[in-house]
Amino acid sequence: MRLQLNGTSVDAEVATLADLLTARGYGEAKVATAVNGTFVPAPLRADHALAEGDSIEVLAPMQGG
Amino acid sequence: MRDFYGTTLANGFMLGTAQYPSPAILAEAFRRSGASVATVSLRRESGQDRAGQDFWNLIRDLGVHILPNTAGCHSVKEAVTTAHMAREVFDTPWIKLEVIGEEDTLQPDVFGLVEAARILTEDGFQVFPYTTEDLVVADRLLDAGCEVLMPWGSPIGSGLGLNNIFGLRALRAHFPDVPLVIDAGLGLPSQATTAMELGYDAILLNTAVAKAGDPAAMAEAFALALKAGKLAQSADPMEPRDMAAPSTPVIGKAFLE
Repeated sequence: MRLQLNGTSVDAEVATLADLLTARGYGEAKVATAVNGTFVPAPLRADHALAEGDSIEVLAPMQGG
Repeated sequence: MRDFYGTTLANGFMLGTAQYPSPAILAEAFRRSGASVATVSLRRESGQDRAGQDFWNLIRDLGVHILPNTAGCHSVKEAVTTAHMAREVFDTPWIKLEVIGEEDTLQPDVFGLVEAARILTEDGFQVFPYTTEDLVVADRLLDAGCEVLMPWGSPIGSGLGLNNIFGLRALRAHFPDVPLVIDAGLGLPSQATTAMELGYDAILLNTAVAKAGDPAAMAEAFALALKAGKLAQSADPMEPRDMAAPSTPVIGKAFLE
């Protein structure tokens, strides 16, 4: 399945958002997620099915002013 | 000091975490600043290097309050979604709400700001809105549920200081019970002193410290300046006057002509 992950096109054979995070090496990292511009809370990632062409954002703490 | 959504801060120094030469210098700047709040952000994370995790460990060890921002957001939807993501990652209802309306000045889109503030407040956020000194906008933000206002001193990163002291003084006078923070544009400690002398509760800055030749020293300079301004304000400053008034008593002066 072709997905957009943080703006980059990736191929991933995964069913859910949680699967994608595991497959891409995020493990237990402190991140927040959104799919197609909508926030997906951590407890809902395992139930959030991904579809061809979905755009996923994975954000983490970063420097800010 | 007025409190911020029920939280009393040790001081009114809010310091950004961006643009430092190194993580060690960032930590040293925070140590010497004594700042009580650190502003942070969210950016894309790679599953390979996971750079955000190291940064998070560093910030957590500072032992200060965390104020996530929505920097770079240009729409209400973008800002609201970012706020939700920040609340989950940083585990705080505080959000420094930025909805940018103009690219050259990074001036807030005050219309979008009010709308986003209302949505987030209804969702349980405690919003710190990055706004202008406009009194009407301030009133709308308070109506939307904000209990703190953060007017800019001047454009973000400009170092121009307090561009409209009259407007900032009017804002203070109009909202005597609202915690007010000068957010953005400060370049020198003397400007922070002025902000505190005007009766502001806090300052929020980043570039002036991070881009100084010696960020840690500049952080301490701002801390001292803030303390001086706060003390001066509480000491009830004299009223300025147009004409001279001799400070040395005239009575008893010798006649020597």
